[in-house]
Order: sequence, then C-alpha cells, then structure tokens
Amino acid sequence: MKAFFSSIYSWADERLGLEELVQFAKHKTVPVHSQAFWYYWGGLSLFFFVIQCVTGVLLLLYYRPGPEAYDSVRQITYDTDFGWLVRSVHSWSANLMVAAIFVHMFSAFFMKAYRKPREFGWWSGVMLLGMTMIFGFSGYLLPMDELAYFATKVGLEIPSTTPVIGPALADLVRGGPDVNAYTVQRFFTLHVVVLPAIFLPLLGFHLWLVQKHGNAVPPSEDAKPAAQRKSEPFVPTFMMKDFAMWLVAFNVLCVLAFLFPWDLGPQADVLKPSPLGIHPEWYFMSQFQTLKIFGNWFPGKLGEILGVAVFTGGLVLWFLIPLYDNTKEAGRRARRATWFGLFALVALIVTTLWAYLAI
Amino acid sequence: MSKSNPKNNPPGGGCCDCSRSTFLRVAVGGAGVVYAAGLAYPVYRYVASPVEKSAKEAAVTEVTLKDAQKLATGSALMFKFGAKPSLLIHHDDGSWTALTAVCTHLGCTVSYQADQKRIHCACHGGVYDPKTGGNVSGPPPKPLQRYEVKITDVAVIVSKNPQGA
Repeated sequence: MKAFFSSIYSWADERLGLEELVQFAKHKTVPVHSQAFWYYWGGLSLFFFVIQCVTGVLLLLYYRPGPEAYDSVRQITYDTDFGWLVRSVHSWSANLMVAAIFVHMFSAFFMKAYRKPREFGWWSGVMLLGMTMIFGFSGYLLPMDELAYFATKVGLEIPSTTPVIGPALADLVRGGPDVNAYTVQRFFTLHVVVLPAIFLPLLGFHLWLVQKHGNAVPPSEDAKPAAQRKSEPFVPTFMMKDFAMWLVAFNVLCVLAFLFPWDLGPQADVLKPSPLGIHPEWYFMSQFQTLKIFGNWFPGKLGEILGVAVFTGGLVLWFLIPLYDNTKEAGRRARRATWFGLFALVALIVTTLWAYLAI
Repeated sequence: MSKSNPKNNPPGGGCCDCSRSTFLRVAVGGAGVVYAAGLAYPVYRYVASPVEKSAKEAAVTEVTLKDAQKLATGSALMFKFGAKPSLLIHHDDGSWTALTAVCTHLGCTVSYQADQKRIHCACHGGVYDPKTGGNVSGPPPKPLQRYEVKITDVAVIVSKNPQGA
C-alpha cells in the first residue's frame, strides 16, 4: 500500500514539483519571542473568512435577493432546520473576522511589520480590511429588516458627501434615490460575486507575501544578534498551535451563535419612522461618531464634509506609513509612527465608546 | 502529535507508554469524530430541509379533486398527488382511472392521448394502457402505479390503493 501511494506521489511530483513545496514547508520557521502571541491573529482572520465562505454558500441555498429578501431570511431563520444557526454563525463570524483583522493590523503596525520589504503586505492588508468592511456593510442590508434598511440609508449618505459626483454615485449604488429592492439586488451581487472575485486574489497575494518574507519580528527582537533569536518549525509545531487557536475560535463562535442567535427585526417599511437609537455595526461606530462630532462643531454641510475629510485623511496616512517609517533605525520617524499608531488606536476606541454612550 | 518520546519512558516500561499513547490516539480520534459529527448533523439537516418537507408532502394518501366528477368522457386532467404529477382519465364507457403520470423509464411526465386511447411518454416513446396503466410498448420496464377512484356528487376522491396494485 505504501509503495502504491509513493508511486502516485512521485508521478504527481514529477509533473507538479510537489517536492519544492515539501522542502519549503520543512524549512519554514516562525520566530519565538514574547510578542509571538500576535502571530495567531492573521490565521484567525483567515479562519473566520473560511467560515464566512462555507456559511455564505449554505445561506445562498435559500436566500432570494430582491423583493422577497426579507421573506426568504424569515424562512431561513424560522422554517428551515438549523437555518437560525447557520445565519447566526455567519453574522457572528463576520464580526469576529473584522475584530481579528483589527487586532492583526494593529499588532503588525506596532511590530513595524510594514517596513521594507513588507510594504506590499501592509498595503494589501489594509485593502483587505477595507473590503471586509464593505462585505460587512453590504451583507448587513441583505435581510432587509428595519435596522438593515436604516443603517444602509444612513451609511450611503457618507459617499454622497463626496464633492460633485457624490449624490449621483449614491443614487447609482442604491439604484434610485432611496434604498429599495434594487439596492438589495445590487448589494447581493457585490457581496457574493464582485467582492469575493477581488478579495480572493488579493488574499492570495497577501498570503504569498507572508511566505516570501516570513514573519516580521518587533524591533526589540530585530536588534538582538542572530544567535540569540529563537524560532520554531512551522510544520508541525506552529501549525498545530494555529489549529488549536482555530479550534478555540470555532468553539467561541459556536457558543456565541448558539446562545445569542442573530435577531431578525420587523420588515423594513418605507412609511415607518426610524426606530430610536438607530446606529451602524460597531466597526463603523467610530466614523459615525466622528461625523456627529464634526456636525456639532460645524453645523450644516461643512461639518459633514470635514468629518469625512478627517477620516479619509487619517486612512490615507495610515496606508502610506511604510513610506514614512521606512528604515530599521530607531529614529524620530519610527517614534512618530508609533505615536501615530497609538493615537489612531486610542481615537478609534474612544470615539467608538463615545458613540455607544451617546445612543 | 502523539509521537512517543523515548526520553520520558520509564526504564523497561515501553509497553506502558505504548498503551498510553494508543489510548491517547484513540481518545483524540474519537473526540474528533464526535466533534465532526456534531458539526455535520446541523449542516446536513439544513441542506436536507426541503427534502424532508417534500417527503412529508408526498406522504399524502388521499386527494380530493373538487368538481372533477364533471370531467367529460374521453378526456383527462392532471393533478398533484402529493408532489407527484398524476393523471385522472374519464373513459368513453364512463369508467375512471387515476394513475401516477411519472414514466417508469426515466421519470418524464406522461400524457393521455385521447384520439389514440393511450398514455404516451414523449421522452422515449413509451406507451401505457390508459385503463390499467400497464406498459404496452417502448422502454418502460413497469406499469404506472394506479390509484383508487371514488366518485361523489361534488368531487372525485383519489386514494392510494392499500394493496399497491
């Protein structure tokens, strides 16, 4: 039997060059140091993404976009065996995925993992986070319940503040001046076809770069002489730890999805006033609050434009940080970048908490 | 994962370690199987949900066709017996036949051809006897399943023959 499998293996190896991959896996190592805990978060983000793909396909079996959207989600939630669980896992996993990516991004930032030669890893990563948030935003509308309807309505006011083309752009995205059945169809297309088609190759690129450059180490570790740095083999040591983390993550996800099943509100009704305390998902709360703050400081259109400008400007700086903090030396630029990261982190947390307190 | 580490073996106690590692391997494997089954069960039930529903639908034993007693002689009508398309025929001599309209060859839906007094399947040319459902010519291997027919003043009641003829 063994000889049989090894002959199949060598047949495939000759044609596919499997041995190169095996050698690569054998020699791949992961650094060991006090900050190594943060290495798990990229893998966790990936794991939640895989959960999203699987549960997403399951939801596609019954979901119908367009005018029947609400009714089909109602059927999934109440009529289909375990439909409530599949939907709940999809929603919870979406939130955990965004959270894991945030942790991954900030840990990469403070490890200065964006420095040469990892700039493209940073850029593709920030883009993946942005796309994940659009995944979240577009998926949020699909049940077409009251909350989804108003969250989308408010959310689409933000691109409409773009000078000149804003209003026309928002109309195009919505398929009309108001959120309607066409909007659901568009968001559905975005959510299950357009975004995955862009996200998957970008994710492949991101993962390939990690293989090419290996894990970044924090500057404190980088300063040590090579002989003092420790590492462990990826196969099987780190891989098994990765799997263990995934198992923990999956159990947490299942407990959350089971104990706190995702709600389905009343059907969206154009004639009904917005319910009290309407607000977006937590990962948009910071933007939401920033807009509110600037709206209070500068009433009218000016506040809205300033709020969007500040957030967009911050994001551009965040994206371009590898070009600013680009050397290994612990100089002024390195310190400033760290302060910028701390400021961004604190600002995100404070505005998010502030937003929840202000509801 | 469960590689036995010779350094930890008590001297001369290789067998003890061996059974421990076997136990561990079986326990971890067993837990994994239970875990996977616990995962697969809700997914299976979710995917199979409509299958179960249509199976329930198909479990009907009687269908009442309102006003079908008015059907002219020499003609037929299609109706659903559970999920299955079925055929009710009122023959020229006044007798009635009800049978499933699913061809026993490859599952196409058959039709009653009044002019030729036969049941015909357009897919591969199978022909059945309209009175008995018997397979007359063509590829069908079995007769069409017949139902019991009861005529009342307001409806035709079609039911599954308990003998299954």
